[in-house]
Amino acid sequence: MAKLDSKIPEGPIEKKWENYKAHTNLVNPSNRRKIDIIIIGSGLAGGAAAATLGEAGYNVKVFYFQDSPRRAHSIAAQGGINASKNYQNDNDSDYRLFYDTVKGGDYRGREENVYRLAQLSGNIIDQCVAQGVPFAREYGGTLANRSFGGAQVSRTFYASGATGQQLLLGAYSSMNRQIKAGSVKSYNRHEMLDVVIVDGKARGIIARNLITGKIERFGAHAVVVASGGYGNVFYLSTNAMNCNVTAAWKIYKKGAFFANPCYTQIHPTCIPVSGEHQSKLTLMSESLRNDGRIWVPKHKEDVEAIREGKLKPTEIPEENRDYYLERRYPAFGNLVPRDVASRAAKERCDAGFGVNKAGYAVYLDFADAISRLGVETVKERYGNLFDMYQNITGDDPYKTPMMIYPASHYTMGGTWVDYETMTTVPGLYAIGEANFSDHGANRLGASSLMQCLCDGYFVLPATIANYLSGDIHTGSIDTSSAEFDKAANGVQELIDKIFAINGTKSVDYFHRKLGKVMWDKVGLARNEKGLKEAIEEIKEIRAAFWNDVRVPGKANQFNNELEKAIRVADFLELAELMAIDALNRKESCGAHYREESVEPDGPQKGEAKRNDKEYTYVAAWEYMGEGKEPKLHKEPLTFNAIELKQRNYK
Amino acid sequence: MDFTLKIWRQDSANAQGSMKDYKVTDISSDTSFLEMLDVLNQQLIEKGEDVIAFDNDCREGVCGMCSLYINGEAHGPKKLVTTCQLYMRSFKDGQTIYIEPFRADAFPIVKDLVVDRSAFERIQQAGGYNSFDTGSAEDANNILIDKETAAAAFDSAECIGCGACVATCKNSSAMLFVSAKVSQFALLPQGRIEATSRVLNMVKQMDEEGFGNCTNTGACEVECPKGISLENIARMNREYLAASLKG
Amino acid sequence: MSGILSSSLARKYAMALSAFFLIFFLLIHVSVNLLSVFSEDAFNTASHFMGTNPLIQFIMQPILIFGVVFHFVMGFVLELKNKSARSVKYVKNNGAANATWMSRNMIYSGLAILAFIVLHFIDFWIPEINTKYIHGDTSGLLQNGEGLRYFEELHLKFSNPLRVGAYVLAFVFLALHLLHGFQSAFQSMGMNNKYTKSFKKWTKGYAIIVPLLFIIIALFHFFNQ
Repeated sequence: MAKLDSKIPEGPIEKKWENYKAHTNLVNPSNRRKIDIIIIGSGLAGGAAAATLGEAGYNVKVFYFQDSPRRAHSIAAQGGINASKNYQNDNDSDYRLFYDTVKGGDYRGREENVYRLAQLSGNIIDQCVAQGVPFAREYGGTLANRSFGGAQVSRTFYASGATGQQLLLGAYSSMNRQIKAGSVKSYNRHEMLDVVIVDGKARGIIARNLITGKIERFGAHAVVVASGGYGNVFYLSTNAMNCNVTAAWKIYKKGAFFANPCYTQIHPTCIPVSGEHQSKLTLMSESLRNDGRIWVPKHKEDVEAIREGKLKPTEIPEENRDYYLERRYPAFGNLVPRDVASRAAKERCDAGFGVNKAGYAVYLDFADAISRLGVETVKERYGNLFDMYQNITGDDPYKTPMMIYPASHYTMGGTWVDYETMTTVPGLYAIGEANFSDHGANRLGASSLMQCLCDGYFVLPATIANYLSGDIHTGSIDTSSAEFDKAANGVQELIDKIFAINGTKSVDYFHRKLGKVMWDKVGLARNEKGLKEAIEEIKEIRAAFWNDVRVPGKANQFNNELEKAIRVADFLELAELMAIDALNRKESCGAHYREESVEPDGPQKGEAKRNDKEYTYVAAWEYMGEGKEPKLHKEPLTFNAIELKQRNYK
Repeated sequence: MDFTLKIWRQDSANAQGSMKDYKVTDISSDTSFLEMLDVLNQQLIEKGEDVIAFDNDCREGVCGMCSLYINGEAHGPKKLVTTCQLYMRSFKDGQTIYIEPFRADAFPIVKDLVVDRSAFERIQQAGGYNSFDTGSAEDANNILIDKETAAAAFDSAECIGCGACVATCKNSSAMLFVSAKVSQFALLPQGRIEATSRVLNMVKQMDEEGFGNCTNTGACEVECPKGISLENIARMNREYLAASLKG
Repeated sequence: MSGILSSSLARKYAMALSAFFLIFFLLIHVSVNLLSVFSEDAFNTASHFMGTNPLIQFIMQPILIFGVVFHFVMGFVLELKNKSARSVKYVKNNGAANATWMSRNMIYSGLAILAFIVLHFIDFWIPEINTKYIHGDTSGLLQNGEGLRYFEELHLKFSNPLRVGAYVLAFVFLALHLLHGFQSAFQSMGMNNKYTKSFKKWTKGYAIIVPLLFIIIALFHFFNQ
């Protein structure tokens, strides 16, 4: 596995997927029922894959830790899903979506994957409409679109502020149909705790039944990890409480390379942190930036007065406001990509212009939109988001500007996969947010839903047959083999080890500590000194965790603290790899901002500076064993369909 | 703020349960209800006791995982929010708060405040979908749907499947949940094709799961965190009547 | 429950349809009774017609009795079934937070009405049946043969303040039952649209006015003894 083979098909970029499909190996329908596929995760990627593979006739087993597939965190995506339908007749095309995505990702994604994503995007919308997803409509009955950050066309399809929910319920409904038909078997409240490799191939998993605590074995001819991202490594994030890296981390430790872990997206529009017991941060959809204007006061004395409660933001006259995104990026204004918007907010707050008590918030103001469009239109577009904001903060955004601040939201990094979404372990796949491939160093808004559904509905079902065609004579996988014994024993030992510590501190205590280190030193802006400190501090927290954590209750019952302990143990390892990766990448690209790598002068002074000569590659890390340095493998990125240039949103 | 909590503790599905008293102090009014429980659980861990089990995940009111019957109401006293979006400012300092699991025989208790809502899954599996295979869809704009209809279908589709309707209903009826799904599809042209079998099958499954009958008290609509309207139940009643007559 | 009433929705329709029938019957009943306030003769004529017309006596009356019994039995069966859907009750339940007292206590208002119907049968229906079908006197005439007996009988019944009190109380329960029940029947039959609001007002008006008229009639006779 010394060399990474991304298995890019032949031909010009727009023909590659067609060529691939025309020449790939297939499994005929009567053989499919002899083949078992395990899917970890029931979100947009996992759910869509389960439904589609079930329809194709495979035996699918889908595992998820929640009580229902509909709880997967895809459900919380608000704003929308991109597709190059060009329904708005604004010169959109597959190429333009591809271009925007590669550019938005700061030229660190694999262009062939992105092109395929753009090509398949339209079909996703067709699929969802047929499922009964109630997308927003125009009066004439056609589908409505809105614009989103990082694009100059309106290509985002949406269902009010609950697009992720509606798309997930669509995938869920298709999956339910297959569950009813018997082709998909659904395992709720089951957490995958290891993958089983037999003769170098992924052949099953070990899962813990979260209700009985039983360690169970499941065999399959292929294992698909669709377990989402690892944003919760920051403790406070917009992810759901139980989102975790465990599945992705377990496969990393069994030989699947982990790519670009330092690419973590900080979303610019979240509700700021308010209290010490805060358990999560709530995202306000990026779509708000379509009509909201971001600003801070121009003068420090106004900032002070606001913090002391002597002045209201509405009382600050126009000329004393600094609409810093419009000022710095006149072409894109408030719709610059997320990384740019987040850093700009941090820059203003670090300079002392933050507007909440703690000094970590900026305004997102709808006064102009309300006077231009009227309250009714604003309500129609963002009503539920405004209600949500008011419920959480107690402020009415129709009357006073929202306060927002960046928060950990999405992880572009993930398990390394080739063009077929297969990891470096044969028969082991990773799709959706769990893999690394499409968004480069930064993901554009409304592209996550697109990628998850693209992987789940179209890519994986088309590529997995190429591998499974070799398995039609294998027969069902024996789960009593030595490999399964070893993996199951390993899981049992891990659980025993955790209970044996019987320390004094809760799991959350360590997670919070880790989160703080990650946010301060491996967060929005990174530098060599901080990263080196972070690595040491992470090691200390990890050692303290294994020495002093206390998990109450028993292993053989429903035990959320045990679940959390297992997950946090993995975060404590991943965190170090993130810092190592961030340290290795001595350039600023997309969401990864190295303070040492900025434009020294000229009109772009102070903006992030990429180093294409040395870093146009995917950093894929190989696990070398406990306590050993991971090994870096480089997948060089080549751009043939697009010119490599510095992003400019000015 | 300080609170006295009376919380249902039950070790497992078949164990005997009872209400236990707890105290939490120095809670900020900006703390969410679940964060208040987090604080209590941290205290319990420090004391070496087992934590209170409760379901939660997204904590932004959309996954439907959190539940809790708080002071006699599903998702607590505030309307149109889930428990995770309930903040302590909705309570009075020093108040006694009762916290119980969602109760219905169709939702057996797993542990403490965690219940098993898989009955909802089986109802969805009975017909909550359009039958077509991935890749066979026509161009999305070939199906025109007027704005109001799309919006009405969305309103029905907003259901998060939390089970508050069942927990609230004095009859433990699941009609609001089932009707929301039936309505979403009944409103859309794509869903009309299987409308007859869908409503018959979903209602049949609902009945088999042991939910009670709807007596139109309207409590579900009031307590639903997403404001799913009783209109959905009326629509399902119409749909079912028409479907039954069709046979 | 089996056969046609095996589904929860079919039971709902059955409750609603029997309710509509009973509501319609109440309207006729109150109309006839109202005549007693305005004209003794008109009341006697109408009562005699109702009491002797074979269509009403042998077809409508059995249907009505069946309707009443069905509505009650079904109501009780549903109540028991619904109660058993939650075998462990809440320690604290705040039903008033989300539903009206009427909607939550249909079984109790129903029981009160049932008790009233028993009294009502003893007062009027059993003597009627006794006179007409046991003694075979279908003339409808008073003992002395001077004119029809219906008004006299009615008037006399309401001389007892205890009986009047019981009737008034029962009509209050009837109003409570109807306040939820009438509009609920429309909802059960699938009616809930832009007209619902005005419909609800209309059903509420019925639920209050009809029992009120019954009360007025009872009081009218009591005070005009």
